[in-house]
Amino acid sequence: MEEKKLRNLDEATIRFAGDSGDGMQLAGTQFTNTTAILGNDLSTLPDYPAEIRAPQGTTSGVSGFQIHFGSTEINTPGDSCDMLVAMNAAALKVNLPSLIKGGSIIANTDGFNDKNLKLAGYSSNPLKDESLSTYQVFEVDITKLTITSLQEMNLSSKLVDRSKNFFALGMMYWLYDRPLEPTLKWLAEKFADKPDIREANIRVLKAGWNYGETTELFKVRYAVAPARLAPGKYRNITGNQATAWGLMAAAQKAKIDLFLGSYPITPASDILHELSIYKNFRVKTFQAEDEIAGITSAIGASFAGALGATTTSGPGFSLKTEALGLAVMVELPLVVVNVQRGGPSTGLPTKTEQADLLQALYGRNGEAPIPVIAAATPSDCFNAIYESVRIAIKYMTPVICLTDGYLGNGSEPWFIPDYEKLPDISPHFRTDPEGFFPYERDAVTLARPWAIPGTPGLEHRIGGLEKQNISGNINYEPENHELMVHLRSEKVARIANDIPPAEVEGDQQGDVLVVGWGSTYGAIKTAVQRHRAKGHRVSLLHLRYLNPMQKNIGEIISRFKTILVPELNLGQLIKIIRANYLVPAVGLNKVQGAPFLAEEIELKIDELIKGH
Amino acid sequence: MNNLIENISLQSQPGSKLKYTAKDFQSDQEVRWCPGCGDYSILAQAQRIMPDIGIPKHQIVFVSGIGCSSRFPYYMDTYGFHGIHGRATAIASGVKLAQPDLSVWVVTGDGDGMSIGGNHLIHLLRRNIDVNVLLFNNQIYGLTKGQYSPTSEKGKITKSTPYGSLDYPFNPASLALGASATFVARTLDRDPKHLQSILKRAHDHKGTSFVEIYQNCNVFNDGAFLQFTEKETKDDSVIYLEHGKPLVFGKEKDKGIRLNGFSPEVVSLKDGKVSIHDLLVHNETDTTLSFILADMTYHSHMPRPLGVFLSIERPTYESEMQRQIEFAKEKRGEGNMAKLLNSGETWTIQ
Repeated sequence: MEEKKLRNLDEATIRFAGDSGDGMQLAGTQFTNTTAILGNDLSTLPDYPAEIRAPQGTTSGVSGFQIHFGSTEINTPGDSCDMLVAMNAAALKVNLPSLIKGGSIIANTDGFNDKNLKLAGYSSNPLKDESLSTYQVFEVDITKLTITSLQEMNLSSKLVDRSKNFFALGMMYWLYDRPLEPTLKWLAEKFADKPDIREANIRVLKAGWNYGETTELFKVRYAVAPARLAPGKYRNITGNQATAWGLMAAAQKAKIDLFLGSYPITPASDILHELSIYKNFRVKTFQAEDEIAGITSAIGASFAGALGATTTSGPGFSLKTEALGLAVMVELPLVVVNVQRGGPSTGLPTKTEQADLLQALYGRNGEAPIPVIAAATPSDCFNAIYESVRIAIKYMTPVICLTDGYLGNGSEPWFIPDYEKLPDISPHFRTDPEGFFPYERDAVTLARPWAIPGTPGLEHRIGGLEKQNISGNINYEPENHELMVHLRSEKVARIANDIPPAEVEGDQQGDVLVVGWGSTYGAIKTAVQRHRAKGHRVSLLHLRYLNPMQKNIGEIISRFKTILVPELNLGQLIKIIRANYLVPAVGLNKVQGAPFLAEEIELKIDELIKGH
Repeated sequence: MNNLIENISLQSQPGSKLKYTAKDFQSDQEVRWCPGCGDYSILAQAQRIMPDIGIPKHQIVFVSGIGCSSRFPYYMDTYGFHGIHGRATAIASGVKLAQPDLSVWVVTGDGDGMSIGGNHLIHLLRRNIDVNVLLFNNQIYGLTKGQYSPTSEKGKITKSTPYGSLDYPFNPASLALGASATFVARTLDRDPKHLQSILKRAHDHKGTSFVEIYQNCNVFNDGAFLQFTEKETKDDSVIYLEHGKPLVFGKEKDKGIRLNGFSPEVVSLKDGKVSIHDLLVHNETDTTLSFILADMTYHSHMPRPLGVFLSIERPTYESEMQRQIEFAKEKRGEGNMAKLLNSGETWTIQ
């Protein structure tokens, strides 16, 4: 047999694509975990339809999972992929535009029969005509090979069919020189009680690997060396898992119970799922009857001394609006996570967007300021939520933590933080009845005392009606209302004194400053780095704090000739930047339910530089 | 917080002497309901029974939504939370689940509890969280000045229904039973002794207690319950449900309720054809019977049942939640965040 060549790559981007029932998300996740364990830096983009089983074989039912991994720093899931696994014709049709010219396609020939071609809208078979001549196409009858490898097992045809993703996975493991062990271990644990499924998947996985090894089809396989990340211990983590763990870590550090009131909603439900496992971590999860009960039960729990939290996405966030106002009025700690998705209304449940920023900042009746914090990467969700809890407890305020579908479902290697070194965020519950007033404020933070039921002598009443300053009694006097509006506003504004100054990545002054927030970080960073490599004077300012903003933002902005604000909306942060700092910032906006490609930002920067 | 909670549980040990009077439960806030409002009586009875329930007042929380009745917590010298419209039951759920040792009360109305908050109410009831719900039913919207409510009789002429309301009213007791409540009772503002006894029963019940309180709104719906409260009519219009006793009513105690198939009927004990032994005997633990009795409510030829329809035992949500927490701790050990962060698949870069 001919010796296969092993080619070294700095980075690679592959995409698994198939029907929504083909198990592409699972194959992608397994490939990701194995790749993480190998020490590559990586970034992933799961992309799936909102329907559980969209019409089989059609383009609307295609589910994809892209992973970008390398021995270098990886900031995005990749603008395009080098290798596409297409389980059927529709998967090819949908994903071909993302494949680089000259890229490779592994096509499951069984998925290109007449019926599949028709469903995908092909008039002729792309594997047979010349339309793929600029690509390298490997035709593999994955379905048949899967059936063959399971012949002796006497399994139902349904179970056999559902194993074919493991054949594709095994082949990709061979092609990219990854070990099978992590997935074998996972299968052993996951299907410990289902020996049939476990054995079938193991056989098919190995068959896929062996096929790569023995077939004449593949002449080359690829090696991607471990990344030179900072020394330390790493794990792979998704944004939603990081959010859940951040909440748990915060509750543990604060030495109070975490109460999560939540209603299932895509793409936020995984936070609820994750927290539901860890009841031994002072976690109480409450699947409420609706979004409103989710947040109001959390407010009730906070009143009683727990860390109240609620997790949701766009439409659910809208439903929580009135209760957010209540939380502002009663001044209790509360953390609200909005895993943003495409809107308005039900919108694009499984796709990402950043269009809830203005709603988070302003979407309430009355003057109702709420601190807003955004996560930049999947693992950064941990830091963002931890910081949200810190502020919520210290300032006795609801805090909105914005992530999005891309961050929530996406994953990356995470430098495991030293739990002991996380900041102390313990609350100071009021216990002394002497001179107690429910709305007397801390001189520095303006926070009111957290006086919880069960504390003798502190019986008091709170509610949504305007409070008299200090006493907390109902009060409708004009001067008092104005004072309270100012106090609530000032309390949130003072948080700016308690957060680190913003830092510019790149030169401290120059031609273009790209100002971003949230999940666009990776794409912006890549685009900025490419320009800097060309010697352009381009820098990056990525905002974690959307309200209040860090005190040095205006000063930083003033040092650059042009301000570019890329956002996955029609221009929301840019309104704030323009209003607060009176600069003619330029926007770059995309609302396709997908993250920015680095290239899109790169081109926009090009255009701005040429304009100078 | 841990110490705090330990202190609390020490003080709620049975047998601890608490020498409160009703006055101890009056807050320093001026009560601002309309003069003559039925709410005054309910407030007074609640304050009267509080010393008897044996709970230190710092362990009592009153939660309300929006409406006239929902001002209630401001007038109780306990912990209180005046929430937003319809959500008191959800807020109270969070309070109770965060601190299961607290005595948690919800004060709501027919609008707050049955209309905007209907969803939360039924879910609280099915979960059986140990919260006492006092639903003040005046069959009208008071705070918004007189629109019909979900318990207003059909055809009600109000500002928003000048030609009469079209909606068939809820029967709160039936709704609560339908939501699998474990304690359902009805009482009224003008019968202080009965009201007090029902409030105490509600407190004693482990699980959600649902108490419908007929309450007169003398401004927008005056006399809605006159028939059940006035001397001349009440004895013939009301039947008091008492556990283990036959259903007898009437000024002369000469009428009773007998079951004909599944349907209750009024029978006379006067002519000797029917004896007291033929009558339906109330059993608070009989779920089926509770539905039959609650269903008598809007039948004009039937006396209006007051008292405890149902009182049964079912594990509370919070006790089950605690059981799961204990189970998780037993199975996985006390949560250790540093260990968790480093668990599973990890790798080290030198």
